[in-house]
Amino acid sequence: MRLTDVDGAANVSVLLYNYDDPTERYNMPDTLKAQHTAYLTRGCVCYSDMGRILCSITDDTCGWHDPLCGLSNPHLVAQKYGVTTFATKRNDYYKNAYESVLNELGKYGLGKRDLTSSINFFSKVTVDEQGRMHFHSNNSHPGAYVDLRFEMNVLVVLTTCQHPLDPSPHYRPGEVRLTAWHSRPAPRNDPCRTRCPENERGFRNTEVWFK
Amino acid sequence: MTVSLAESSLDPARATFREVVGAGEPWMGSIKQGQHFRIVDLAGNQAVDTLFYRAGTLEERYSAQDTIRAQGNIYLSTGSQLLSNEGNTMLTIVADTCGRHDTLGGACSAESNSVRYALEKRYMHSCRDNFLIALARWGAKYGTGFSKRDLASNINFFMNVPVTPEGTLTFADGISSAGRYVEMRAEMDITVLISNCPQLNNPCNAYNPTPIELLIWD
Repeated sequence: MRLTDVDGAANVSVLLYNYDDPTERYNMPDTLKAQHTAYLTRGCVCYSDMGRILCSITDDTCGWHDPLCGLSNPHLVAQKYGVTTFATKRNDYYKNAYESVLNELGKYGLGKRDLTSSINFFSKVTVDEQGRMHFHSNNSHPGAYVDLRFEMNVLVVLTTCQHPLDPSPHYRPGEVRLTAWHSRPAPRNDPCRTRCPENERGFRNTEVWFK
Repeated sequence: MTVSLAESSLDPARATFREVVGAGEPWMGSIKQGQHFRIVDLAGNQAVDTLFYRAGTLEERYSAQDTIRAQGNIYLSTGSQLLSNEGNTMLTIVADTCGRHDTLGGACSAESNSVRYALEKRYMHSCRDNFLIALARWGAKYGTGFSKRDLASNINFFMNVPVTPEGTLTFADGISSAGRYVEMRAEMDITVLISNCPQLNNPCNAYNPTPIELLIWD
């Protein structure tokens, strides 16, 4: 699946679950510590809590995706952009990522207990020596894309609400295009597989699931 | 980095609860709103994997991402407010003689050990096994249906996982030592789930898991 940032200002908050058993889901710490990274880009994979790989990032023209900052919520959106309701704004009311993903999770029988860490694609947050987090505006550009190759049957839950640390005072979620096509399993020399010995073992664990 | 150390004035002799949790063991318990909860690293460099839930519900729990985003810092120390997925403050760290605590390293599990170290390491005891054993032993006292679904990303007290500006993340030697502690005040009634980490494959426990002590004051 390709996520394309149409105008260069998008954020896509993504949650991942094993479609065949949603108690298995994306695990932020396991993803970061297996690959010794605090951000995601081409060559990285997204681990589940069961030591398997839900998806691999096979291409990326943006360069940095944020796995740390999570979802905007009703309080944050009201504080930043103001309070809106359907009664006054109809379908232009301001949405927040937390309730948006709960809405989608609910359609699959999932809820707050299933809500774990999310990935914010197209957003960049770095951490300085003191641990302070810094949001980088203009991380992406018009037409930037990231390709996810799914190594398992995956339930993808996403929202295009703005990043919770986006300093813009304007409510303006960026447009995102989703494109999906069939692909083949990762070959032996796949860059995501060979990135580190951890990923080799992660792919092996994943292959065992489908044997 | 700069660390801010703050001692507590509370006297351990006046604590209403004191218990030593052995190396590699789980623990589950309650803290009431207003009580102070202290974790002591008795022998030094011991990671304490910890989860918090609002008492009486499984739908509100500690959220690593909300906590670090709201305070704008990935490390926890004195003054840190531990937030829930609903954005409520669950506990506030009021004293800390270690200096910083990890929010990103999560818990070890049989499955992640097989990825991180070797497929043959799957058998080794892990924090997630501890969490699940604790839920099997005591979970029903604290809520109906506690399960793996409820194991979100935990705090690792006393553990050192530095992140660089370039985005690398490593498990480093600890900055804690014998007798250091972290103390927090509960801002709501809390269920606590702890794994005193049994990990032997990385420096988070100095390759030698050791006991901790838990104290509660009214």
